[in-house]
Amino acid sequence: MRNLFPGLFTGIVFGAGLALSDLVNPARVQAFLDIAGAWDPTLMFVMGAALVPSAIAYLILRRRMMRPLFGDRFAIPESRVLDRPLLVGAAMFGVGWGLVGLCPGPAVAGLVLGAWQTWLFAGAMLAGMGLHHLFTSIRAPAPAYEG
Amino acid sequence: MDLMTPFLAISGGLLIGTAAALFLLLSGRVAGVSGMIAAAARMGPSGTPRSQATAFLVGLPIGAASIALLVRTPEVIVTSSVPLLIGAGLLVGFGTRLGNGCTSGHGVCGMARLSPRSLAATATFMASGAAAVFILRHVIGG
Repeated sequence: MRNLFPGLFTGIVFGAGLALSDLVNPARVQAFLDIAGAWDPTLMFVMGAALVPSAIAYLILRRRMMRPLFGDRFAIPESRVLDRPLLVGAAMFGVGWGLVGLCPGPAVAGLVLGAWQTWLFAGAMLAGMGLHHLFTSIRAPAPAYEG
Repeated sequence: MDLMTPFLAISGGLLIGTAAALFLLLSGRVAGVSGMIAAAARMGPSGTPRSQATAFLVGLPIGAASIALLVRTPEVIVTSSVPLLIGAGLLVGFGTRLGNGCTSGHGVCGMARLSPRSLAATATFMASGAAAVFILRHVIGG
């Protein structure tokens, strides 16, 4: 229960935000990334607004909290090194994101919104993660988790 | 595609940010969706326990469906072909694992704490995303 309640509750709120802000609509995301076309600033408002509570949470935990309410300690990524996997991975992710207009959150939240393409994309995404897992388990242990 | 009001965009963004904030304060971890998918599917090490990641992922469509039933039905317009959906999905899956995060982990959680890695990752995927759309719409499609 200590794990399930925070997971399910915050997942529901997150999914509601994705649907309310229209981030589940690939056409909206592509319109934001289409800076040479009819640019749609919606996503900028969404991200800007999302950063506010998130930043407040970091301020609260840095100043007032020793440990999380349902856990023993905070596990926040500490690394500050800009390495090649980070930048190559982010670049690959961005290309896929732009080509279709879906990133992992909306791809999962959108599974129930009626477009079959979301299922195909989510399946391919899972396969891509599997490929990465295969490569890293052959070569070296994966780096620390960031999100 | 209907016009989005800034009000809806900001309300939705606040919900996303509140969810990320609560996840952090309740569980002590970063609410990164790509990491949670990997944790739920047992693909590599992750900071989130499998049960918690699975619960979060189950919550996402429940939240989206609730908005669709109670507030507004979001349009989901996908114009991509099947090969493009598969190729893009593979890139997103592989890339988010290699780069350790996506729009939520780096974009919302990492930027909020001014992590240099997340700022660099977000700038990179925004730029490559814009480049992909530019080539798709104005070079190939144009």
